[in-house]
This record gives sequence, structure tokens and C-alpha cells, in this order.
Amino acid sequence: MSDTLLEVDDLRVTFPTRTGLVQAVRGVSFSLGRERLGIVGESGSGKSQTGRAIMGLTPPQAEVSAKKLNLDGIDLLSISPRERRALRGNRIAMILQDPKYSLDPVMSIGRQIVETLRTHEKVSKAEARERALAMLQAVQIRDPARVFDLYPHEVSGGMGQRAMIAMMLIAGPELMIADEPTSALDVTVQLDVLNILDKLVSERGMGLIFISHDLRLVSSFCDRVVVMYAGKVVEQIKASELRDARHPYTRGLLNCMPKIGFERHPLPVLDRKPEWAA
Amino acid sequence: MTAVIAIEGLEVVFDRFRALKGVSLEVREGESYGLVGESGSGKSTLLRAITGLAPVSSGTITVNGKRLGKTRDKAFYREVQMVFQDPYGSLHPRQTVDRLLQEPLAIHGIADGEKRIERALDEVGLGKGFRFRYAHQLSGGQRQRVAIARALILEPSILLLDEPTSALDASVQAEVLNLLEEVRRRRKLTFLMVSHDLAIITHMCERLMVMQNGEAVETLTASQLIGHRVSADYTRNLLRASEGFVRV
Repeated sequence: MSDTLLEVDDLRVTFPTRTGLVQAVRGVSFSLGRERLGIVGESGSGKSQTGRAIMGLTPPQAEVSAKKLNLDGIDLLSISPRERRALRGNRIAMILQDPKYSLDPVMSIGRQIVETLRTHEKVSKAEARERALAMLQAVQIRDPARVFDLYPHEVSGGMGQRAMIAMMLIAGPELMIADEPTSALDVTVQLDVLNILDKLVSERGMGLIFISHDLRLVSSFCDRVVVMYAGKVVEQIKASELRDARHPYTRGLLNCMPKIGFERHPLPVLDRKPEWAA
Repeated sequence: MTAVIAIEGLEVVFDRFRALKGVSLEVREGESYGLVGESGSGKSTLLRAITGLAPVSSGTITVNGKRLGKTRDKAFYREVQMVFQDPYGSLHPRQTVDRLLQEPLAIHGIADGEKRIERALDEVGLGKGFRFRYAHQLSGGQRQRVAIARALILEPSILLLDEPTSALDASVQAEVLNLLEEVRRRRKLTFLMVSHDLAIITHMCERLMVMQNGEAVETLTASQLIGHRVSADYTRNLLRASEGFVRV
């Protein structure tokens, strides 16, 4: 494993609510090199909030604390919002779930990509356009010049997601956080998008955090998997050793999905134990 | 075995877009029949055409031997009920579970409402404590259980299921699929189920139709699919995709 890119130690995210404080993330620790790390859990397990806290996108009313939250030696919690903002999109980038909602609907795809690039680098308009077109080509969009001028509602989900990947990669980030990047896509398109992401991430030597509720998908894509339950990490395991997972929650997640060729009626369901959340 | 749903050359056209291009299928009594395909393949439109939510421009739909016209009467909805994909969008946000379940009973003038509501909630594994809650006080899985209870309360013989678990977590999905299988067995229901997930369809259904671009690609039995005995390339692609990501 290469040198550490991101260090997370005892990360906590707390939301004030009418009924008191709710801890969405309760002491999550892991470190990431230039590898693919999966974070898996159900809705409400805190996996997305973990990603958002690293990105610096936690809502303002919530409180983030950690013993350590370092990106390549920079303490993310002590730098100013302005410095944090300069990192975002430049050194850390995030792919969101649904391109229908996460792209700007009133801006052409090309302009959105150019905007990202010109925010972080001093380049001429012409050069920015060239690089955006090259990036669209890199995410395997067949006719980049045409797609450049299209608006998000004019493209399919798979195409929109590729455009988002292009937008996120254009500034050359070192850390990419992908929050359910393929859940809104059809199965066949899912694989295309994952292939593109996989190739670009390994070519560029980025660190990737892949957040998903689909344990099987994550384990086929990532090197290592962090399994979260109720805001805590219940198990960290190499994807190749997932079959030997020890925690009943991890095993339950693996078993509960129907699989072609394995008849099980009824499907095994999770028997949640209160001590998992303790 | 007689066909409870028989569809012949069904066409659905929205403005100039042909969402369904002459699809035919037959669902037998007590059978669970699956429709698989990517988004835009017309699988949901087919369900919506049966319930009268999509305009039929040509072709025929016959349910329980009765040919459907432009409108559906009350008797139809006592036989055929639908469960929708998104449990967050398909329950009225300002009605309690009790009120939601009363509505179909009131429409159909059914007297023993009290008993039916209790029974329906019990059947979907929600206790009495859920009866006076609002949808926002329930989790996704619980909401989908309410939606199933609402569909069952009229004691239909056919359930149309439009991606009933795609908005749910994998662990909750297993619970809801088990519930659906159980009510089907107990009430001897006929299912027509839509999903984009081949694994779910082979788990739930005996026969299935693969759809693409508003047309039927092929009709298979679940065991043919499990044995990879498929003839269309498109189905083969779907099968490969359902096996997960493989690094090339």
C-alpha cells in the first residue's frame, strides 16, 4: 500500500434536533492510501455524512469533530473555510448519486465543466474548452462537441453521470469521493460507468472512497471495505476476504440479496442486535 | 390453467412517442410473472396501461375474461391493485395510516372496515401501534408495508407490483420480498411484477418477459434464465451486468 493520503480518526458528526442531539457519525476511523476504499451501510448508517464531512459539506448547524482529519498532512478541521473551499473540487472531488439533481439545470454541460476548471486553474477560455472536450472524450462520450452544448435534461442518466465524472476529474483531484455514483442508473449502464471510473482512478493514481449500500457491488470494485452500522464502523475488511467476514451484520448484508441460481425462500433477513450499535 | 391477464398487441403512445409497440403476454391464474428491462423499456407503462393510468391507443387487455374498455369500473379495482415504486411518494403525507386504509374501503362501500384494517396491518407485519401514524413517521420499509396493506385491503386477486423494493435498502428489500411471497401464498394471488433486477425477478417469478424499447425481447421461464438458456443478446448483457463489476 502506498503512503497515506487521508487520515480519519474518531470522526463525529452531530446534528441538533428538536428532541436533542443526534449523532449521525460516532467515532469513525480509517486511513486511505492511493487505493479504492468502499464504505457500505444501510440508509441512516452515517456513510454519506462521513463522506460529506471529509468533503466539508456538512450542513452548518451540524457539528463535526475528530481527533484527526488530515488530507496529505493538511488538518482539514483547522483551516479556514476559504482554504477548505480551494481544496474542494481541486484536491478532493465528489460524485453524487443522481445527475438529474446534482447538475445545474440551467447551464450547459460544457460550461459546468469549464467553470470547475477555471475556478481552480488559470487557463484561457479556449484552453479550458479544449480540456473539457478531452475530458468528455476520456469518459467515453462519443461526440464530445455535441454533448458540450447540451443541457442536463437533454442527456440520459448514464451520460449525465459521465459528465459529472468528467467535471470532477478535470482539476485532477487526489481524492475522489463517490456517493452512490451508480444507484440511479440501469444495471447495464452501471457497469459502463464503473469501468470508466475504475480506469481513470487507477490511471491517475487517485484515492477513491466509494460509498454504497450495495455490499456486493462495492466488494467487486474496491480493495478494502469499511462496513458501517448506526454511525460506527463495525468491520473493516479486504474485499477479497469478504467471504470470511466475521461481523453478523456484514454477513447478513451479503446474504440477504437474491442471487441468480441460488434459490432461498424465504430470503434470510437481518436479525438486528442492539449491541451492534453500542 | 386459464389466463387471468391476457394482453394482445398493446400500444401506448404519448404524443408522438410510442412507449409500447404491440406487446402481447398472458399471465396464468396464481402465477407470478416478471417484466425486466432498463428504464424506458416500457415495463412500468405496461402495468399502468392495465390499471388505466396510461392511454391505450390500440390492442386489447383482458382481465379475468373481461375485455377492458377505456375506463375501469369499481369491480375491476376490487380485483386488481397496484403497489408503486416509491413509498415516499405513494402515501398521502397528511393522512394517517388508518385514514389511508379507510379510503379504499369507503370508495367501495365496505362495512367491516375495522376488522379489515386490523387484519391488513397484521398481515404486513405492522402492529396496531402503527395505525395512527403519519407516513413521515415510518421508515421506507414500513411505508412499503403500508402500501401493500392498502393494496390488500380490498382482497384483490391480482397484484401489480412496480419495482416494489428498488427504493429500499438491501436488508429491508429481503423483508419486503419475503412478505410479498407470503401474502401471495396465503391469498393465492397472481403477481405481475416489474423490476430492473434480474435476480429479484428470478427469485420472485416463475416466468418473465424481457423488454427493451417498448418491445418484448423474449419470454423465459425462471429456470431457463438461471441455466443461462437465453437466446437474445440483450438478455445475455443483462445477465452479465447482474453478476456485478468485473475488472477488465
